[in-house]
Amino acid sequence: MSQAKNQKGRMVQQNAPETAEKLEEKEYSILNLGPSHPATHGVFQNILKMDGEIIVDSEPTIGYIHRAFEKLAERRPYNQITPITDRLNYCSSPINNIGWHMTVEKLIECEIPKRVQYMRVIIMELSRITDHLVCNSVIGVDAGALTGFVYVFEEREKIYEIFESICGARLTTNIGRIGGFERDFNDVTWAKLKKFMKEFPPILKEFEKLLVRNRIFMDRTIGAGPISADRALNYGFTGPNLRAAGVDYDVRVMNPYSSYEDFKFDIPIGTNGDTYDRFMVREHEIWESYSIIQQAIEKIEKMPGKEFHADVPDFYLPPKEEVYNNMEALIYHFKIVMGETDVPKAEIYHAVEGGNGELGFYLVSDGGRQPYRLHFRRPCFIYYQAYPEMIRGNMLSDAIVTMSSMNVIAGELDA
Amino acid sequence: MEDILPVIEKKLRETFGADIISAEMMRDFPVFTIKKDKIIDVVKFLYDDPEMQFRFLTDLCGVHFPDNKGHELGVIYHLHNMRRNWRIRLRVFFALNDTVVPTLTTVFSAANWMERETYDFFGITFKGHPNMKRILNVDDLGGFPMLKEFPLEDPTRDDKDDKFFGR
Repeated sequence: MSQAKNQKGRMVQQNAPETAEKLEEKEYSILNLGPSHPATHGVFQNILKMDGEIIVDSEPTIGYIHRAFEKLAERRPYNQITPITDRLNYCSSPINNIGWHMTVEKLIECEIPKRVQYMRVIIMELSRITDHLVCNSVIGVDAGALTGFVYVFEEREKIYEIFESICGARLTTNIGRIGGFERDFNDVTWAKLKKFMKEFPPILKEFEKLLVRNRIFMDRTIGAGPISADRALNYGFTGPNLRAAGVDYDVRVMNPYSSYEDFKFDIPIGTNGDTYDRFMVREHEIWESYSIIQQAIEKIEKMPGKEFHADVPDFYLPPKEEVYNNMEALIYHFKIVMGETDVPKAEIYHAVEGGNGELGFYLVSDGGRQPYRLHFRRPCFIYYQAYPEMIRGNMLSDAIVTMSSMNVIAGELDA
Repeated sequence: MEDILPVIEKKLRETFGADIISAEMMRDFPVFTIKKDKIIDVVKFLYDDPEMQFRFLTDLCGVHFPDNKGHELGVIYHLHNMRRNWRIRLRVFFALNDTVVPTLTTVFSAANWMERETYDFFGITFKGHPNMKRILNVDDLGGFPMLKEFPLEDPTRDDKDDKFFGR
């Protein structure tokens, strides 16, 4: 519709925003932000209509790394879908993995031992810390402070070493199994975890000292990309972005899973819903996550047993030694690997608090080896559509910090 | 959790009567199947009613059941009342030749992209939607990939024969 509208006989760019009629009154310039731009931290395009430095309108285009996960999931057995979930929000893959395991466990109605639940809490909170560290330090980078980013990335590296000692992988973890973990946390894991718990607080404090009351950082972020609580709810915001707008919604508290009800922690909220509030909410959440991990370690240390998985032989692979020597184990192994185990027919919705919001799994099972339909409720796909409204009337440089503070992860956005 | 299914069902039946096709509990979720043309009225009612206050659209997605003749396609809505922590699921089903559903964008801004995604993957069009076009796939894809008949892999390839394992 926007083609050949201009009176002067000039062709208007084909993918210009819909309100091209206004071009007749005033000359606006069209600016392509992305698809590959160093400040978008991922592959997405924004076609901005600019009046000088001010953004008048914008149109986001997404789908550059769409990999058809929902279609793929319809042709894979349940245990093979976990690696797909890794690639959604790859800054906190363990949360996606464990969220998926819990969805399947809800489907097959499997009871998980407390110790395993607490182990999962440790993993999920560690990955929440990495997610928030990346997001917050990148806001700093976009405002011109590279130092903090490089500094906390070392801590993120240490958390990845913990993941590595548990599951062998770092970024796309495929951590845990349906029913629990593939093996217990080993001594290296505990040692690394304890060391991290001791060394992390002073480093995070130092990072905060760099930015929290920094005049330049505050001037850049306060008032950049604000959204009201009402609009945020209407736009389906969840996670730190919603809490920065002043709504204390957290899935961990509202619908506790994996025994989050056993832990004591606060939900930090902001007031203006701007970039600075989002930064501060994440900063506080890191401290809350830290305290949850501490509580979980204490709880696990008090526990007598060493169990690391539930008793679900139909879904949890038997130890390899047994497969070679024990007929029953061999049969179970074969059935799981070939996907011959029956599951109940059901419709399930399970949500976890991901790094950037409510990560939901809507699963329709027809009793077969694969899901009949699997839909991921991807938080950043839903809240990223508010981006044009949030940056309207702001400067281009505000749009950059707004985007990084929204924690939009391209993998999750495009699924 | 308190038993919320009868409470909501009574409210909906009072206002909409036979437009509510079924109300049942599926695990922890109250699920209501609704006539397609009434979905927007039901959602608006649930949004405005002081007792219901379902003011948060959690999720919206399509489904395809090729074996349910006359009701092959469906749209699933997940609504959330954050005050009382009630979650419900609404479903509408319709035939393949009648795929126009009223849009929810007038109530929830969040529905915009979710409906575009549903259109992109299932070919379900939303009447009144401000920008009904593909969102994740390329514009000239020529088909709706989440329909069950759409092949997962390129059907012209013969090097991926998995017939022994029934794939």
